[in-house]
Amino acid sequence: MQTVFSIAVDALAYGMVLFVISIGLSVTMGLMRVVNLAHGGFAMIGGYIASYVARDLGLGYALAVVAAVVFTILIAIPIERLLYRRIYGQPELTQVLMTIGITFCIIGITNFIMGPTLKTIPLAPALQGSADIGFRTIPIHRLFAILCGLAVALGLWYAIEKTNFGIRLRASVDNAAMAAALGVRTEIVYAVSFAVAVGLAAFGGVVGSEFLPVEPYYALRYMVTFLVVVSVGGAGSIPGALAACLLLGAVDTTGRYLMPEFGEFFFYLAVIAIICIFPRGLAGRAK
Amino acid sequence: MSGDSSVSNTNSMTRLRSNFIRRDLIGIAAIIITALAGYLLFPDNLALLTRLLAIALLVLSLDLVTGYCGVATLGQAALFGSGAYAAGILSAHYGITDPLLMTLGGIVAGVVAGLVCAIVMLRAHGLPQLVLSIALVYLFHEFANKASSWTGGSDGLSGIMLDPLFGVFEFDLFGHTAYFFGVALLLIVFVLLRILVRSPFGMLCRGIKEDPVRVRALGASPHKALVKMYVISGAVAGTGGALSAISTQVVALDSLSFTQSAEALVMLVLGGTGSLFGALVGTLIFMLFEDFVSAANPFHWLTMVGALLIAVVLFAPKGLYGTAEAFLAGRKKHDGETRA
Repeated sequence: MQTVFSIAVDALAYGMVLFVISIGLSVTMGLMRVVNLAHGGFAMIGGYIASYVARDLGLGYALAVVAAVVFTILIAIPIERLLYRRIYGQPELTQVLMTIGITFCIIGITNFIMGPTLKTIPLAPALQGSADIGFRTIPIHRLFAILCGLAVALGLWYAIEKTNFGIRLRASVDNAAMAAALGVRTEIVYAVSFAVAVGLAAFGGVVGSEFLPVEPYYALRYMVTFLVVVSVGGAGSIPGALAACLLLGAVDTTGRYLMPEFGEFFFYLAVIAIICIFPRGLAGRAK
Repeated sequence: MSGDSSVSNTNSMTRLRSNFIRRDLIGIAAIIITALAGYLLFPDNLALLTRLLAIALLVLSLDLVTGYCGVATLGQAALFGSGAYAAGILSAHYGITDPLLMTLGGIVAGVVAGLVCAIVMLRAHGLPQLVLSIALVYLFHEFANKASSWTGGSDGLSGIMLDPLFGVFEFDLFGHTAYFFGVALLLIVFVLLRILVRSPFGMLCRGIKEDPVRVRALGASPHKALVKMYVISGAVAGTGGALSAISTQVVALDSLSFTQSAEALVMLVLGGTGSLFGALVGTLIFMLFEDFVSAANPFHWLTMVGALLIAVVLFAPKGLYGTAEAFLAGRKKHDGETRA
């Protein structure tokens, strides 16, 4: 019972971290049709900045999170303008290559500046220790990660379903040319959603550093995980991404707890099974 | 009138064919000259050159599915690694130490792995297909890691023994025999693939890349052709894997890794997709460059490869060979026009 409960909490928290990082990828992929393998790179930049602010400057966790999000977006904007803009609408192979190239550059440059060691992000005192919820205690950080995931999901749901910008965004996802013809400035929609996506990646990279440690090859190691989650959920769908993250998080965590010697075997087996059954992802729409 | 046009048609066909054969001969000569130059210039570094030959086979096999059929995959190393493990296991566990039989074992394993990958991957298109290829290569990797009594797990498979090639040529410490064995394999594969890609079947595959719907309307089955091409690609990749197992006498887990697949794709695109020469050129440049730079600092190497990739995508989307070819063709045309 104890094991089942701790697996459930860990799986939920891990799934939520995956969700926070990859939802931005899902939205940009659904919107701009870009296979962005460099998304994990932005999460890594966020982690490095947070580590620098919290550990080396000693400025506290909250400030570290804010700094990570803001500076990562600042770094990402010129990359979007100079590089990504040229691969919108190109064949997938071109996009894969360009974004792998960006990933390699991010890894190389980050490690040149920050040094090739594992970076830790010291937690705020309020997030350390564990909380007593009556019959069990759970680590507060896990709770925090789950809450962050829920907050992001709710916030995005509200922004996309209820706001004016959300309407423009959905119109551009459905048919960018028609939306542009009706007066939606799709370029601005693209830029804003790219910035939000990168910001969420950085946020997830910091919050999730307990699960996905910030290390030199972070961008390459988890690139596949994020891509898989988006593909399983169906690009561009928030409920799909949430379902995929929780499902794959559960499969991965359970596999690691019960049969650690198999590594990620079950994770990828689940991925293959799901894609074979739902070739467009869990919430994918027919084109 | 109609007789005229058919005569000129046959004429242009023969000219086309003789042009192809000339390019075949140039290609073979180029491979032999490069191989000899490598042997004479780097006699102490034959291990690197033999590895280059094995990777060249992997990149050629990737070119068959990605360049000629348009299936983007980041999991080609699954076929390569299967070939390497099959050849290694034959020798280490079954005592089959004849290099030719081991190569055959590698080819068979590559074919089987290619069939498995084709059946799984061709169920989806676009991004899900790419993700399936990644998931497949990880699955192969984890499986090889788990089956450590067969594969040696993360320590790698060692204890590969070799008989002399044809009973005459010993595999020496300096790798002379392995090198020439590799050159011979590459030449044979190259000639066979040149014939393959211009056969009606090769043309059909190119047609599928351009427009699968139209190919289906013409009465051919894209799915069947793609599976067939995948199997052929598996045979080529398996040959490369077997060569790497024979030359190093070790099989490591990273021959089955995602990184190896991604690197192969980078080499292919660097050289130019959809051309056997492009695949070879890309491999050669990438491997030599890597050996040169990564000795200094692995992170600088990553930055350089990344910058190189971005530059190729932006400025030479056809790859180095494709761009050079287009440039030369443009000049020839230009020359012809000025002369006329």
